Amino acid sequence: MNVTDLSVMALGGATVLYAIAMFAYAIRLARVADEKVAAKAARVVDRDAVAVGAGAPVAAPAAPLAAEVTVASSTPKRSAKAAGIARSTTLMGALLHGVGLLARGIDAGHVPWSNMYEYTISGSFFAVVAFLVIQRRKDIAFLGAGVTGMATIALGLALTVLYKDVDTLPPALQSYWLLIHVSIATIVTGILTVSFIATVLQLMRDSRARGTRWTGDRARFLEAVPTAAKLEALSFRMNAVGFVLWTFTVMAGAIWAEHAWGRYWGWDPKEVWSFVIWVLYAAYLHARTTQGWAGRRSAWLAIAGYVALIMNFTVVNLFFQGLHTYAGS
Amino acid sequence: MARMKLDNYVVPAAPRLGFRGWLRWIWRQVTSMRVALILLLLLALASIPGSVLPQWPQNAANTREFMSRHEFWGPLLDRLGFLDVFGSAWFTAIYVLLFASLVGCIAPRAVHHWRELRRPVAATPRSLKRYDGAGPEATDVPVDDAVEAARTALRPRAGILGAITGYRVRVDRRDDGSVALAAETGHVRELGNLVFHASLVLLLLAVAYGTLFTYRGQAIVVEGRSFTNAVLAYDTYSSGKLFNPANLDPFTLRLDSLDAEFSDTGRPLHFQANVTFTDPGAEPVQTDISVNHPLDADGANVYLQGNGYAPVITVKDAAGEVAFSGPVVFLAKDAVYTSTGVIKVPDVSTGEQMGFKATLYPSFAEGPFAVGSVSPNPDNPVIEMLAYTGDLGLDAGVPQNVYTLDETHLSPVQDADGQPVTLRLALGEAVELPDGLGSVSFDALPRYGAFDLRSDPSLPWLLTAAILTLAGLATSLFASRRKVWIVARAEGGTTVVTGAAHAPAHDAGVGGVLERAMAAAVGRDVVEDAGEREEE
Ligand code: HEM
Repeated sequence: MNVTDLSVMALGGATVLYAIAMFAYAIRLARVADEKVAAKAARVVDRDAVAVGAGAPVAAPAAPLAAEVTVASSTPKRSAKAAGIARSTTLMGALLHGVGLLARGIDAGHVPWSNMYEYTISGSFFAVVAFLVIQRRKDIAFLGAGVTGMATIALGLALTVLYKDVDTLPPALQSYWLLIHVSIATIVTGILTVSFIATVLQLMRDSRARGTRWTGDRARFLEAVPTAAKLEALSFRMNAVGFVLWTFTVMAGAIWAEHAWGRYWGWDPKEVWSFVIWVLYAAYLHARTTQGWAGRRSAWLAIAGYVALIMNFTVVNLFFQGLHTYAGS
Repeated sequence: MARMKLDNYVVPAAPRLGFRGWLRWIWRQVTSMRVALILLLLLALASIPGSVLPQWPQNAANTREFMSRHEFWGPLLDRLGFLDVFGSAWFTAIYVLLFASLVGCIAPRAVHHWRELRRPVAATPRSLKRYDGAGPEATDVPVDDAVEAARTALRPRAGILGAITGYRVRVDRRDDGSVALAAETGHVRELGNLVFHASLVLLLLAVAYGTLFTYRGQAIVVEGRSFTNAVLAYDTYSSGKLFNPANLDPFTLRLDSLDAEFSDTGRPLHFQANVTFTDPGAEPVQTDISVNHPLDADGANVYLQGNGYAPVITVKDAAGEVAFSGPVVFLAKDAVYTSTGVIKVPDVSTGEQMGFKATLYPSFAEGPFAVGSVSPNPDNPVIEMLAYTGDLGLDAGVPQNVYTLDETHLSPVQDADGQPVTLRLALGEAVELPDGLGSVSFDALPRYGAFDLRSDPSLPWLLTAAILTLAGLATSLFASRRKVWIVARAEGGTTVVTGAAHAPAHDAGVGGVLERAMAAAVGRDVVEDAGEREEE
């Protein structure tokens, strides 16, 4: 087995593991939702029981606490098992993913982010890593299904549609700026992907809470997801990090363009879209603090920013002519 | 409300704004957050056509073709500015308004922030019930010591630095005997925000300054030849409105050799121009220029933007006199450097003027159906050309493109059957033209480098503005805006301490700060994770 095969096989393995993790996370969500609904029901039943038994509603306030304690300490939750499987498969997937990336880098003799295949495998890696890093600090397992799902799709597409054999770097890319500029851009993509999932959940959860959409039983998993306000706070923090890093990416790109092409900004399609992304996220940040725009509307702006980000390295690479065209090759 | 008399009735004055009132109203609108938001959205939207439609400044050739292909839409879009979006009136209007709004927004906020900074911290609220709380905890630390300990924990450093980085604090002895500490931070965040927005203005000013004082020019230099930095020496030259061409530094640049390396599959690996740079009155310096490594030439940068072959061709006329001899710049058409060029021979001693349309194959190979180059390397260079005689049209005084032949008054040289003759020459060969018209030889195959010279005095300013922008942004997004209160009160023999904190919803760290302050006040160890805000 040579390095090329090792890379492809490791990435293939990661894809499968992510797919399994996605199902496990989805099952976990469904079970947590069930448990929450059951706990709520138990609380109501308990309260009724107390009311009937003691004949005095005064005792009622104490009841919910007791009910929650019983649920929490009862036999190991069914959701915990799914969560365990999900976490370990994600971790192993990320490990294989990392091996695949490393092997690709060694095989190519340069950092593995110089064409679309490589962006996709490294961007999805950073998304999973961002998820795992945040997961260490706080419980965001509810994002797991989305993150591993998107990683599965990205890796699957990369290996089947976008795959390119390794090649040497064209002179324009032979620069340490490739390491700085493109790696940060790819990391941003990873972070904003996780944030995007949180934002989508925020909108769905908000709709469910208002009773406008996603109210049915099939969207019951939303019961296992934090409130819209908490999701907003979570995605804001990721967006803030992403936005600062994106600002850096654009600036580093301008410095590199000055070195390579003799102009720091030329409104080449890639530059236009980087600018659009930046402005959309800036608009999102303003919207958060503008009356009538905070909440749903600003969330939609964050989604627009993310869509532009994805456009920038799919549609723009493939269909628009510009100095950055080597990216598609 | 002011009242005015109308006949004998007293009626409320209509809210007449008057001219100044209107101006003030407009200004308030322009500087409102909502308008800023809408302008930002418009800016994003307005940029998109600039990536979808061909643009004059970016790609004139494509744009011209687009114009000719779309007879109706082309000129219409052009008139409306869609083919030069970033120079169009409407795009300019959007960003000028946005920056007007920005200035109108940050100037008053800077004043406000300055006043805020000097205003004392607000006293601790009477009731802390509305906030995330901690305690009550009992301790035997005396009341004043407890508050002092919490104060030091929240503001470890004294002096100016402490004021900038730490909490601003205030301690009140209240009538009920308790001592209350109020601490707040957020001024750094606000400062960062102001720096960020102000740096954006600086960035725009730097860009404008650069646009006025920049110059750039392109020149093609063949191996062994030199170039002097003067307007006339450039193939194309442009400069900002306020740049004086007399300020061009008259240095010379000689291209000693150009290295071009390709992989076995023909992918470019490395291009490097080895040059001798001579400043007037100074010793010549040998150096090199490659992609990503421009040469700093007295404040201007010299970039290697392209390369190709410039075959040396000699044309003799019917009298056997040399009518043309020298390198001719050919433009590469594909990855294997199949290149085309035009040779114009106006100065013949006898007969008509001659012209040639030529194609160079650096590694010529002939297959059953086609000819072509198999590699960009000059392994077997062959030139194929069509010869023309007649009038080149050079005397009309209209500047001509050196890469195209105006065929209106030229006729192809034909063989006995009346077919145009294709001449084929390998390197070092010479061929006779039919009918004793003369001969052509392919003598050598030097390369050329296409250089781009640019000077932009705004670059240091841009970099400064960019760094400030980034620093301001990071501060404004990551610095926290928190309020922490600690109240200590003597009760019986012990001190009872309660605390509370307030911060935006996304701030997960505030609980930890409150916990540290509480621990310091009551003299115990910090409980890790005690202050983590729960996600659900
Ligand atoms: C070129 C146009 C502008 C850009 C690119 C821009 C960008 C940004 C960014 C990225 C932030 C986030 C930083 C933070 O939240 O602290 C921000 C915040 C802010 N901007 Fe702007 N801005 C622009 C114009 C304006 C204008 C015209 C106003 C006034 C109407 C304004 C008022 C604010 C305010 C008040 C905040 C702080 C929001 C908060 O407290 O979180 N900005 N701006």
